[in-house]
Amino acid sequence: MIDLSKRRSPQLINELKRQIELLCQNEVILAYNRPLVIMEVCGTHTASIYRYGIKSILPKQLKLVSGPGCPVCVTTNDILEKALAVACCPEVIFTSFGDMMRVPAASGSLLQRKSEGADIRIVYSPLDALKIAAENPSKQVVFFAIGFETTAPTTAAAIEKAAEKQIKNFSVISVHKTMPEALKLLLPDSKVDGLLCPGHVAAVTGAAAFDFVASELGKASAVAGFEPADIMEAIIAILQSIISGRPVLVNSYPRFVKTEASSYAVAAMNRVFKPCDATWRGLGSIPASGLALREEFAAFDALKRFPEAAQVTGADNPACRCGSVLRGELDPGDCPLMGKVCTPASPAGACMVSGEGACAAYYKYRLK
Amino acid sequence: MCLAIPGEVVKIEDDSCFVDYGGVSREASTRLFPTVKVGDFVLVHAGFVIQIIDPEEAAELVKLSQEAGFRD
Ligand code: SF4
Repeated sequence: MIDLSKRRSPQLINELKRQIELLCQNEVILAYNRPLVIMEVCGTHTASIYRYGIKSILPKQLKLVSGPGCPVCVTTNDILEKALAVACCPEVIFTSFGDMMRVPAASGSLLQRKSEGADIRIVYSPLDALKIAAENPSKQVVFFAIGFETTAPTTAAAIEKAAEKQIKNFSVISVHKTMPEALKLLLPDSKVDGLLCPGHVAAVTGAAAFDFVASELGKASAVAGFEPADIMEAIIAILQSIISGRPVLVNSYPRFVKTEASSYAVAAMNRVFKPCDATWRGLGSIPASGLALREEFAAFDALKRFPEAAQVTGADNPACRCGSVLRGELDPGDCPLMGKVCTPASPAGACMVSGEGACAAYYKYRLK
Repeated sequence: MCLAIPGEVVKIEDDSCFVDYGGVSREASTRLFPTVKVGDFVLVHAGFVIQIIDPEEAAELVKLSQEAGFRD
């Protein structure tokens, strides 16, 4: 079996910490005269960084900030209100990843609707949703498809399977998003000096899909794994790249990430989906950053099947600062609602709900 | 959400396989990676094999795990 606990060993962490401290004494880094900002854009990185206290062991010349990497967090209340409306149709069994259940929209959450009697079920895979559809032919089974390039191929595969097996009572609300266009919009005007690229997105897209961060945007970047040593090695690669004066992309996660894409997964995604404009919480509408079903698969579009629900609109809670948190501009601890009005038990925004949200991670590991 | 778990393929059946995660084995679809074989180390996300782990890297990881005193 594969066990990665060695990647958490205190000796290794101390050695990497020492290397980072040494690099931070380099004149190039000192010349910045301010902390270097390194952004992570994967919710699993955010969770690891807080869980292992990585921020607290880094020298003061480095600042880690979270970006728009948590799929639940970047899903807008507008789409959530549509999903809630679909979930309340009497003929619907609504299926969702568990993280989404407690996100509060103005009219409530999926969990609330479930407690009021709507048939809403947590699934771990879109195939679970498809199985429910096959077992309940008199019901309409809708899957709330969120996630980045890691997850979109799994929805695509489930849709292709539904088409093959003629399971016609299955459909999806596609809120899938892709990273590159969002990064191209966010990074140029940001204070970010280096980017930790999402390891499991890159496992599907290939590391080369993130080359543009260095070659087009001029930011040092490294594809990172999720153990503490993985993240620290990626930080070292970023620092070395900044010091060299020539920003490059380093694949610091070669055990799972290849340079080229996982061809079947990307092919499935491209057969079923096409790029579309998508609205991200905190970033607004970004051209070609979402995935819509292609014409051939339009029959599986839940929002076409439930046109009345698709008309429902919603707005983000103005008191919640998730948008600024997701742009890396606000530390979760600096939101006035943190821990007072907004807690995991009574969240005011999506970033407090998902285990990968920066606010939830801050609350769990820093406030408590 | 983008969490993906490594394990070893122990059985193949139609368009799915069984992946062992160190004692616990669960089914995963091979539709996104139809070329997997028994003995491959793979990365599983949302019920699908999404990537195969380079055999040399996998051997190295297994060795590290064994050195650390974990059961094969
Ligand atoms: S602490 Fe709560 S209210 Fe503040 S930004 Fe985070 S989720 Fe929103």
